[in-house]
Amino acid sequence: MKTRLLVACALLLALGCSQTPSQSLYQQLGEEAGIAAITDGLLHQIEHDPLIVGHFRDTDIPRFRRLLIEQLCELSGGPCQYSGATMEESHTGLHLTTRDFDRLVNHLITAMQQQKVPYSAQNRLLAMLAPMYPEVIDR
Amino acid sequence: MIRTSLVLLCCLLTLPALASSRVLATGGATSIEGSAGGGIVPWAVINGYGSDDEWSIQAFGTRVAVDDFTLHAAGLGYSWDNRWELSYARQQFKLDTLGGQLRQDILGIKYRITGQLLYTALPQISLGLQYKRHLDFDLPALVGARSRSGVDLYLAASKVWLDAIAGRNLLLNGTVRATQANQTGLLGFGNEHSNRHRLMFEGSAALLLTHQLAVGVEFRQKPNRLAFADEQHWRDIFVAWFVNRKLSVTAAYADLGDIAGLPSQQGWYLSVEGSW
Repeated sequence: MKTRLLVACALLLALGCSQTPSQSLYQQLGEEAGIAAITDGLLHQIEHDPLIVGHFRDTDIPRFRRLLIEQLCELSGGPCQYSGATMEESHTGLHLTTRDFDRLVNHLITAMQQQKVPYSAQNRLLAMLAPMYPEVIDR
Repeated sequence: MIRTSLVLLCCLLTLPALASSRVLATGGATSIEGSAGGGIVPWAVINGYGSDDEWSIQAFGTRVAVDDFTLHAAGLGYSWDNRWELSYARQQFKLDTLGGQLRQDILGIKYRITGQLLYTALPQISLGLQYKRHLDFDLPALVGARSRSGVDLYLAASKVWLDAIAGRNLLLNGTVRATQANQTGLLGFGNEHSNRHRLMFEGSAALLLTHQLAVGVEFRQKPNRLAFADEQHWRDIFVAWFVNRKLSVTAAYADLGDIAGLPSQQGWYLSVEGSW
């Protein structure tokens, strides 16, 4: 019995040390506070990027922030439900180009780096966002 | 010369935005033939980090030192719109044991047909052409090469799978090349009997360990057309360090097989690339 407990503890420790999906992406992103910080970092980057800030001229930033946090939370397996429009709808009229998309990806990576999100978790999130490319571009 | 450079610079400055919006490492390295890719295989990626409506210029220098030969390659590239890539490379192949040298110039053009390396389910697919012209053709002619110049045409497909292995991103590339070249052109083009193109397969796999560091392997199938000596397939294992969007360094261990009758040519590959 004692041995079994020890083995179980060792296993738990091993799992805890490796970055296996035992920790959900939501947890790896730092849960609600971490996702809010990543979102704020991204917004800061956008605000200081003259090449894309123009697209967000007519955007209600507090609402955009709240919806983005909701979406990242839901995507990463957190206890939230995204209440915004579909990707196609929400990007219609923004006229985002592939260059804008590239820049947004870079800004998101920078924001995640600033929050010290592990590289593997960054890639897990990017893998979920990348397929949205055709729904977001040229609308 | 300075005047020409200044005029050229002014022309470049009037072009659309010089910027580098693409994600780090998506420009790959520059192959020994001047096209963006791995070290010995051209990929579907467009060199540099320019996205839509952006352009960039690249410069590279590479040295491959195997048992009995040393290859120096250097060149320039110009990319725009993440669509077109123009390149020039000069290769100097020193015959350390046999004596002498073989040089060739390579002009390359690449066009991205479709796909986005990171974003689309479909791989990024590009069509490329390399015009090669030998500068020391006496020796290749002596060993049976028919032509001083030749054209390689290739179709390449590249794709990155995000979060593919242990949370790392995996790049796979496959290239089909129609070529007349013997030892990539260093021993001229065609043989006594024919100058027809042959279809060859080339492939690369790379794993990004971090945003800045990639490790991988490459394979390049080669024809074997000259009777005087066997030509064999090439392969290498590499590590690439993307310092930032302006600088990358690639080191590799290459196995180039038999060359001109000298067996099992292996050695180190080192390449530095700058991008603006």
